[in-house]
Amino acid sequence: MSVRPTAVPLLLATVLSATVLSACGSESGSDPDTVKISYKQSTDNSIRVMDTYLADVKEQFEKANPGKKVELVPIKAPDSEYYTKLQQMLRSPKTAPDLVYEDTFLINSDITSGYLKPLDPYLDEWEDWNQFIDTAKSAAKAQDGKTYGVPDGTDTRGLWFDKGIFKRAGLPADWQPKTWDDVLTAARTIKQKVPGVIPMNVYTGKPAGEAATMQGFEMLLYGTATGATESPLYDTESEKWITGSEGFRDSLEFVETVFEEKLGPDVSDALDPNFATRVRGELLPEGRLGINLDGSWLPQDWLEGSGHEWPEWSEKLGLAYMPTQDGQAPGKVSMSGGWTWAIPSKAANPDLAFDFIKTMQTKENAQKWYIANSGIAVRTDVAEDPAYVQAQPGIEFFTELVSNTHYRPAYPAYPRVSTAIQEAMEGVTTGDSSVEEAASRYDEELKTATDNQIIKK
Amino acid sequence: MRALSRALPVAPALVLLILFLAGPIAYCAYIAFTDLQLTGQAESSFTGFDNFRTAFRDEAFLNAVWLTLVFTVLSSLVGQNTLGLALASLMQRASKPVRTVVGGIVITAWVLPEVVAGFLLYAFFRREGTLNAVLDWLHLPSQNWLFTLPILAVSFANVWRGTAFSMLVYSAALNEIPKEITEAAEVDGAGGWRRMWHITLPMIRRSIGTNLMLNTLQTLSVFGLIWVMTRGGPGNRSQTLPLFMYEQAFQKSMIGYGTAVALLLLVVGSLFSLVYMRLLRTEV
Repeated sequence: MSVRPTAVPLLLATVLSATVLSACGSESGSDPDTVKISYKQSTDNSIRVMDTYLADVKEQFEKANPGKKVELVPIKAPDSEYYTKLQQMLRSPKTAPDLVYEDTFLINSDITSGYLKPLDPYLDEWEDWNQFIDTAKSAAKAQDGKTYGVPDGTDTRGLWFDKGIFKRAGLPADWQPKTWDDVLTAARTIKQKVPGVIPMNVYTGKPAGEAATMQGFEMLLYGTATGATESPLYDTESEKWITGSEGFRDSLEFVETVFEEKLGPDVSDALDPNFATRVRGELLPEGRLGINLDGSWLPQDWLEGSGHEWPEWSEKLGLAYMPTQDGQAPGKVSMSGGWTWAIPSKAANPDLAFDFIKTMQTKENAQKWYIANSGIAVRTDVAEDPAYVQAQPGIEFFTELVSNTHYRPAYPAYPRVSTAIQEAMEGVTTGDSSVEEAASRYDEELKTATDNQIIKK
Repeated sequence: MRALSRALPVAPALVLLILFLAGPIAYCAYIAFTDLQLTGQAESSFTGFDNFRTAFRDEAFLNAVWLTLVFTVLSSLVGQNTLGLALASLMQRASKPVRTVVGGIVITAWVLPEVVAGFLLYAFFRREGTLNAVLDWLHLPSQNWLFTLPILAVSFANVWRGTAFSMLVYSAALNEIPKEITEAAEVDGAGGWRRMWHITLPMIRRSIGTNLMLNTLQTLSVFGLIWVMTRGGPGNRSQTLPLFMYEQAFQKSMIGYGTAVALLLLVVGSLFSLVYMRLLRTEV
C-alpha cells in the first residue's frame, strides 16, 4: 500500500515525459502568420546568390504585409541529398515547409507521391501568369493536367571554352564545332599542344548526379539520329522507356573516348562528388580547363558579391553550341530544365506561401533573379527587355538556344532512369565495362526502374 | 497487486523503450516487405518477399555482400585483431614511457570522430597525398590508391582507426594471466611462440571471442569512414552493404528495398555472431 504515493508521481512522470518527447516533434510550423521557405543552399560557403535574393524579397514581403513573417529554412547539401532531405520533410505536416524549391527533374515524382498542392486555383486569379512562356508553364504540369509549380527561370546548355588555351593550341577564338568529331579533335589538339591543362570536361558518373545525365549524356544523346525523334529516352506513343538504341551506345562511346584517350579530367577527379564546384570555382577561372560542356548558369558564381568574382570571364571564355553527332539538322543541341516554387500539400499556410510567390515573381524581382542567377527568362516581358538581354554577356547566346532545346522526360520514373544512365557512364569512364556491357546493363536496370515499361527501338 | 507495484518503477523506461526502440524496429521490419518509395508513387503496397528476391538477383547487391566480407575479414579479423594482440603483447614487456607513447598514439586514432578520421585517411591516400609523397621521396612508384585499390585503402583506414579497441581488450586479458604459469613454461624451456600458442592464446580465448564479436559487428556497420573516403566508388568498388543500403533507400528513393537490405545485413551480422558464440562456449 505504501507504494501508492510513489506510483502516482511515477505514472505522471511517464505520461509527462511521453508528451514532452512527442511535443519535441511538432514545431512552430503552424503559426498562421509565418511562411516557412525551404531552398537549396550552395555547398560553397562563398556563394550566397539565392540567400541574398530571398532576404531581399523577404524584406519587401514583410513590409507589404505587416504582421506577417518569413522564415527561411536553407538546406545546405549537394542536389541529390537536398531532394532526399526535402522529401522526408514533405512527408509529415509537422515538418513540411509552406513553400519549397523543386527541381523540374523531380517534380513529377513528388507530385505522384502526393507531396505537392495543385496551384490552378491560385494561378487562375494571378494576372502575371499570362506573362510566362508556354513551355515554362508546362514545366511543372503533371499528367493530370494540373500545374504544381511556378518556374523561376530556365536554363540551356552549351560548350564553354578557354580562349587563352585555344590560342596556345592554335585553335580559333570563334570556335564552333559542327560535329562530335570536331569537338574531340579540338580536345586532342589541346592535349597535344598545351600540356598541364585538362583538355575537356564532360560530367560523368554517379557522384556528379543529374549533372552527368543532363549536361553530359543527354547533350550527346539528343544530338544523335535517335535524338531526332521526340525523345530518345521515352517513347510518348507507347508511353514506354526506350532500350537498346544506337544513339545510346554512340553517346557512351563518346564518353569512353574522352576518358580512354585522357582528354578529360583524371578519372578520380571526374568521380569526385565536388568536381562541379571545382570546375566553376577553380579550373575555369585559373585557366586550367580547355572545353567545358556545361550549363548557362555558370556566371552566377562569378558575378559581384558571389564570392568568386571573375568579372573578366567574358573576355577569357568563348561560347559555342553543342553540335549534333554528324552535323545533321538542326545542328544544335541543348537541354533545358530549371527549378520551380511549389507548395507542399501538407503546408500549413498555402495562401500566404502563394502571396510570397507573387512577390518573388513580379517583373522587377523576376528580372533581378534571372540576372543574379544567370537564369534564362521565362517571362516574356523580361525576355523582351533590353536591360535584361544586355545585363550579362552570354544571356543572348543562351536565350537563343531556347528555340532548339529539349526537355527531359521528367516522368516519375525519371530519377531512377537517370541513375541508371549515370551508372552506365561511370562504367565506361573507369573502364570497368565496355560500351556494350554498360548499355545492356542499362537495359536491365531500366526494367526495374520503370516497372517493365520498356520498348526496344 | 504487489508484483504490479514492483513493476511500476521500470514502467516508464519500458514504455519509452517500446515507443522509441521496439516501435521503429518493428516498423522497419514491416516496410522491408513493402515497395515503399520516398517519391514517385501514390501509395505503397505489401509485396511479400519481392525485395529479397530482387536483392539476390541484383549484381550490385552481391558485389556489396562480397566487399562487406572482404572489408570485415581484412580490417577486423585480420587487421585490428592481430595488430591489437601484437601491440598488447609487445606492450606487456615494454618500459613505461614506451607503453604510454604507443598507447597514446593508438588510442588517439580511435577517439577521433569517424568523419575526421575519414578525412585524415583521405588526405593520406589521395593522389597528392602523404603516402604518395613518401613513396616519391623513396623513388617508389606512386598511384592513386583510392582509385586503384579502394577497398584496401578503406580497410587499412579502418584498421588504423579501430586497432586501439582490440589492443585495450587484449591488454586487459593478458594482465589476467597468472605470471607463475608463463614462468613455469619458460623454465620448462618453451620459446616465445610456443608460449603464445599453448598458454597465452588458450587462456585468453574468451576475450578473443568477445573482441571478435564486437569488432565484427562494428565493422559491418561502418558507413562514415567509407563515405568520406570514396563514397563507395569508383564505380562500386568499395560499396559495402551499408553504403549500398543508403544508395538504394535515399538516392534511388527505394526505402522498402533499402530496408530489406538492412535486414539482410542484420542476418550477416548474426551469422558472424553465431560462429563467435560457439567459440565462446567451449570451456578452457
